[in-house]
Amino acid sequence: MAFENNEKAEGYWRENLRLVLGLLAIWAAVSFGCGILLVDVLNEIHFMGFKLGFWFAQQGAIYVFVALIFVYVAKANTLDKKYGVHED
Amino acid sequence: MDIKTLTYLIVGLTFALYIGIAIWSRAGSTKEFYVAGGGVHPIMNGMATAADWMSAASFISLAGIVSFVGYDGSVYLMGWTGGYVLLALCMAPYLRKFGKFTVPDFIGDRYYSQTARTVAVICAIFICFTYIAGQMRGVGVVFSRFLEVEIETGVYIGMAVVFFYAVLGGMKGITYTQVAQYCVLIFAFMVPAIFISIMMTGHILPQIGFGAELVDAAGNGTGVFLLEKLDGLSAELGFSQYTEGSKSMIDVFFITGALMFGTAGLPHVIVRFFTVPKVKDARVSAGWALVFIAIMYTTVPALSAFSRVNMIETINGPDASGVAYETAPDWIKNWEKTGLIKWDDKNADGKLYYANGEANEMTIDRDIMVLATPEIANLPAWVIALVAAGGMAAALSTTAGLLLVISTSVSHDLLKKNLMPNISDKKELMYARIAAGLGIVMAGYFGINPPGFVAAVVAIAFGLAASSLFPAIIMGIFSRTMNKEGAVVGMVTGLLFSAAYIIYFKFVNPADNNPEHWLLGISPEGIGMLGMIVNFTVAFIVSRVTTAVPQDVVDMVESIRFPKGAGEAHDH
Repeated sequence: MAFENNEKAEGYWRENLRLVLGLLAIWAAVSFGCGILLVDVLNEIHFMGFKLGFWFAQQGAIYVFVALIFVYVAKANTLDKKYGVHED
Repeated sequence: MDIKTLTYLIVGLTFALYIGIAIWSRAGSTKEFYVAGGGVHPIMNGMATAADWMSAASFISLAGIVSFVGYDGSVYLMGWTGGYVLLALCMAPYLRKFGKFTVPDFIGDRYYSQTARTVAVICAIFICFTYIAGQMRGVGVVFSRFLEVEIETGVYIGMAVVFFYAVLGGMKGITYTQVAQYCVLIFAFMVPAIFISIMMTGHILPQIGFGAELVDAAGNGTGVFLLEKLDGLSAELGFSQYTEGSKSMIDVFFITGALMFGTAGLPHVIVRFFTVPKVKDARVSAGWALVFIAIMYTTVPALSAFSRVNMIETINGPDASGVAYETAPDWIKNWEKTGLIKWDDKNADGKLYYANGEANEMTIDRDIMVLATPEIANLPAWVIALVAAGGMAAALSTTAGLLLVISTSVSHDLLKKNLMPNISDKKELMYARIAAGLGIVMAGYFGINPPGFVAAVVAIAFGLAASSLFPAIIMGIFSRTMNKEGAVVGMVTGLLFSAAYIIYFKFVNPADNNPEHWLLGISPEGIGMLGMIVNFTVAFIVSRVTTAVPQDVVDMVESIRFPKGAGEAHDH
C-alpha cells in the first residue's frame, strides 16, 4: 500500500473525485449549458462581434476545455505530492 | 512550375519523410510495436494523438459541413474536442497506471472475464474498420483531384505507403511519423485560413477575424460584421439563420454527447495514453493533444464562415441576382468538371444563382469547401499543393493508428490472450505484422469499392463506442463493486440498443428517418448517448443482484487510482 493508512487512501480519492467533478461541472456548463441549453438567451448578448451563445458553441467551449485539462494536471500533481503518491 | 508538378513534388517529399522516419524507428519487440516502448515524450505523444484523431474527414469535410449548416455544426466542434476532457480527467491516468497494452486488456482483467474481453475486442475491431474505410477513400479522392490519377491508383499508392511504415514500425514508427504528419497537416490547414482571414477582415488570426468587421479590397472597414452579413445573406436566400441552425435543441444536445462520450471510448485514441512513460505524462499528454486539435478546430468554424460568404458572393454577385456564367471565376468551372459543382439554368437567364428553394440553380458538394478555398481566394499554386499534402497526411496518420489497433486486437487480444497463450514474443510480433497487412488490404478494398453508407457507419462507430466501451471503462475505474455480470450485460445491452436504432433508421426504414419518428426526437447520430445511459442503468441493476467482485480485483482497482508505482507498460 502506497498510503500510510486507509484514511489517507480514502482522503486522497475523495479529494480527487471532488477535483474531477468540479472541473466536469464547468465542462458541462460551457458546452451543454452555454453552447446548447442557454444558447438562445446568451445570443441576446453581443461579444466581440459574436452572439455570445454561438461563440460558446463554436469557440469558447473549446478554449475552456483546453484550460480545464491543464488546471486538472496542475491540481492533480499537487494532490499526489500532498499524499506522497507521486511518481519518482 | 504548374500546380500538378508542384503537388507531385510536395506530396513526394512528405512521403519520403514518412518512410525515412519509419526506417529510423522500426520496432524490434511487441512492446515497441504496441506502445512504442512506452517512452514517448508527452508533447510528442500529444501531437501524434492529434494527427491520429484528425482524419481525412476532419481535414476535408468538417469546414464544409459547418459552412452549410452554421450553428448546427457546433455538435462536431464541441463533440470532437470535449471528449478529451473526459479522457484526461477520467481515463488516461488510470489506464496508464493499469499499465497494459490495450482496451480489451483492461476490460478483460478488470472484469476477470474472457467474455468481457471478447466483447471488447469485437467492439474495438468493428469501430476501427468502420473508420478506416472512409480514410482510404479520402486518400483516393485527394490523389484523383490533385494528381489526376484514377481513384484506384491513388488508393494503391496510399496502401503501399501505410503498409511500409505501419507494418515495419508498429506504434513506434507510427508515432514519430504522426508527429511529422501533424506538422504538415496543420501548416496546410492554417496557411489558406490565415490568407483568407487577412483578405476579408484584416486580422491574421482566423479566430478573431471570425467575429470581426469585413473590409473591402483596399482594407477599409465596411461597418458590417462577418456574422451579421452571413445571417443577412441566409435570411435573404431563404436559409435558416447561420448563427441559429435548424436542428432541435434535444437533438443537438444528444449528438454532442454521443460524440463526446464516443471520442472517450474510441480504442485508437485511448491506446495513445499507454505510450508515455508516467501517469503524470498521460494527464498532460491529453492536454497537449487537445491544444494541437483546438488549433484546427477553432479555425474550422472561422474558415466555414469566410468561405460561405465568399461562395455566395461569387455566385450571386454584388447585386445578389447572380453572375453570368461566362464571367464566373475559374474555380467554379474547374470543380464543375469533377461533378462536385452542378449548375442547372432553370430560368435560362445564363446567370448562376444560389438560394434555398425553387429558385436555386446550384448543387454544391460540401466536401469541396476546404480544397477549393485556395482557388476561391486566388492563393499561389504552392498553397494548393500544400493542401493536397495536408489532406493526405490527415488520412494516412488516422489509417495507420486504426490499423495498429486492429493488428493489436488480433495478435494480442485474440491470439495471445485467447487462442494461443504460449506464443513467443517474436511469433506474436509476426502475427501483429500479418494482421496489419491484412487490415491494409481490407481497408484498400473498401477504399476502392466504398460501401454506400460510409457516413452512416461513422455514426455507428461513435454510437457503439459511447454505449459499449466508454461506460465499461468508467465503471471499471470509479466503481469497486461493478462485477463482470453487470459490465457484460451492460455492454451488450447498450451495444444492441444503439446498433438496432441506427440500423433501423439508416438501413431498414430510411423513409422514417425524421424527427417525427425518432425516440424523444433524438436522431440516430445522437442515440449513443441514450445507449450509454441504458448501459449504466442495466449494469448497475444487474450488479446489485449478482455475485460480489473478487478481492484481488478490488485491490487492483484501488491500485490504479494513484500514480505511485506505475511501471512501464508491460505484458503480465
